Amino acid sequence: MIPDKPPFKLLDILYKKEFILFIVLVSILIINSNISPYFLDLYNLIDSTFLFSEKAIIALTMTFVIIARQIDLSVASIIAVSSCVLGYTTSLGYDTWLVISLTLLSGALCGAFNGAIITKFAIPSIIVTIGTMSLFRGLAYSFLEDSYYNKFPKLVSNLGSGYLFGYIPYAFLTFLLLSLVFAFILHKTSVGKKMYSIGNNPDAAQYTGIAVDKYTFILFTLNGLFSAIAAIFLSGRLSSVRPNIAFGWELEIITMVVLGGVYIYGGSGSILGVVISIFILGMLSFGLGLLNVPGVGIIIFTGLLLILSIGFPSFVRTIRRKNE
Amino acid sequence: MKKILTNRDFILFAIILIGLIAVGFANPLFVTPKSISDVLTDTSILIILALSQMIVILIRAIDLSVASNLALSGMLISLLSTVHPELPVYYFIALSCVIGTCLGVLNGISIAILKVPFIVTTLGTLSIYRGLIYFVSDGKQVYSNEFSEDFLALIHYKFLSLSFLFWLAVAVFIVIYVLLNHTRFGRNLYSLGGNPDAAKYIGISENKYIILAYSISGFFAGLCGYLWVARYSVASTQIAIGFELTVISACVVGGISVMGGVGTVLGCVLGALLIGLIRNALPAVDISQFWQLAISGAIILMAIIINTKTEQRKEKTIMVEN
Repeated sequence: MIPDKPPFKLLDILYKKEFILFIVLVSILIINSNISPYFLDLYNLIDSTFLFSEKAIIALTMTFVIIARQIDLSVASIIAVSSCVLGYTTSLGYDTWLVISLTLLSGALCGAFNGAIITKFAIPSIIVTIGTMSLFRGLAYSFLEDSYYNKFPKLVSNLGSGYLFGYIPYAFLTFLLLSLVFAFILHKTSVGKKMYSIGNNPDAAQYTGIAVDKYTFILFTLNGLFSAIAAIFLSGRLSSVRPNIAFGWELEIITMVVLGGVYIYGGSGSILGVVISIFILGMLSFGLGLLNVPGVGIIIFTGLLLILSIGFPSFVRTIRRKNE
Repeated sequence: MKKILTNRDFILFAIILIGLIAVGFANPLFVTPKSISDVLTDTSILIILALSQMIVILIRAIDLSVASNLALSGMLISLLSTVHPELPVYYFIALSCVIGTCLGVLNGISIAILKVPFIVTTLGTLSIYRGLIYFVSDGKQVYSNEFSEDFLALIHYKFLSLSFLFWLAVAVFIVIYVLLNHTRFGRNLYSLGGNPDAAKYIGISENKYIILAYSISGFFAGLCGYLWVARYSVASTQIAIGFELTVISACVVGGISVMGGVGTVLGCVLGALLIGLIRNALPAVDISQFWQLAISGAIILMAIIINTKTEQRKEKTIMVEN
């Protein structure tokens, strides 16, 4: 007999990953506001979202990709390709909407290329995207060489560094709206349930009639498309595109997702956890920045956080099992 | 005869030979003994790193931190040599290897004991080790005039008009060949990669081999840290950035399967030689250096696709015979 769904207990919330993450976030906010008087300034806080909104947008689709037991290391390189397309089509004098459509198309095509190779030849996504990571980045290099683009449509510059009603940055707003949409899809629709079952056991999912390859292909295409969206915001904000744009971002994006409690081998995780972890990392690097810790310090910290956030819980689990 | 012709290593060797001849037609200067010996010297570090990466890939893992490890070990001994230029060069080499091994062991511990998946661990240490270089060096470079003569001399030593680097790569090849083909260690590595569950049942400790494989990878990364710094006589925060991808592509082109347990030492060396040949030949046939990254990416993809195709074909034939 299948047991009934256990009754809701308030205490259970305490053991949830999201709750632990939330406590971490609150403590970071408290520590930061005690250390630096500039931290709790509303304008500063709003502006600090510029540092992570673009990555956060990709983290949403990356969450789906990782839950479905895949990984995509090529996102940062897709940003480079899409930014080049953005700069090039602008330089040709195309209409703004055509420029944006072509940029989005280029990202989606790169993602679809990943998805096609992974599903058509049944090759692990990690090795395919290691290859396309250098292929796409290399395309950007061979196209731009040592020059750069600094002219973009006015709309793109506005999107990158503008505010809605003078308060909310467009990139941050986009991220918030998209995270609601993605939370709904993942947790309230059958598509979300299918993601979990693909991630838990792809073979079993295939036998129950889920088109695993189709979903995998769509996920990678979507991931490419979202990288292009991030590329538009990023190019608009930086107002200059070089082929090394967004270098190393794939690591930071995967850190956001994994720190948010998404299991790296698929099958579990939630959008809420990822959103909280995005704020944790964002507020952490903002706080460290206010303390004049150099960017490298933040890189080392992120790397350590990534390893420890997975290593510590599994270590505790192993020790507990030994004691039993 | 047919067996030789369909042998993967032989095909790879033929491709290298044909490529060499083709480039020779386009630019005769490229195939002079001097130029070829330069290519071999230039590829030696790649060969050493590919051979040690192969050990990790055999057990279904990847070490993405090798380039950062190399750069960190190289920077640490360079900083030491500016303070203590009087120390003998062997001291620096040994120290570099020790540092590299320690960094490799850290990877191994994180994967085997903390159970952090290898991709997360090595992506994490890739940035941690790279970040530490900025910390120890303060973002500064160590230039050629700051090294002692002794430090740089060894690398320029020649034997039979081939460089020290090349002979070192040959030595590493022999050591790894014997290790993988004629010791219990090597056999166990192959069986762990081929079928981890079966290997565990016959008593092979997976954790031990993970830590050992990563220490070996770290050891050679450390060794190459010295070689890299001495060869280019500069240590900076940027050295060998992204080189881990070149190393992995050399392995993949050499027929080392990322699914574990498949691949030969000779194939690995040939893969590295082919990549080295392409890197050196592009300028010789007037292709801009900016194309290099895109071309290596395309080559990795093609190699993986070909590898998987042949593996899948083998599986099919086995099923038909049964």
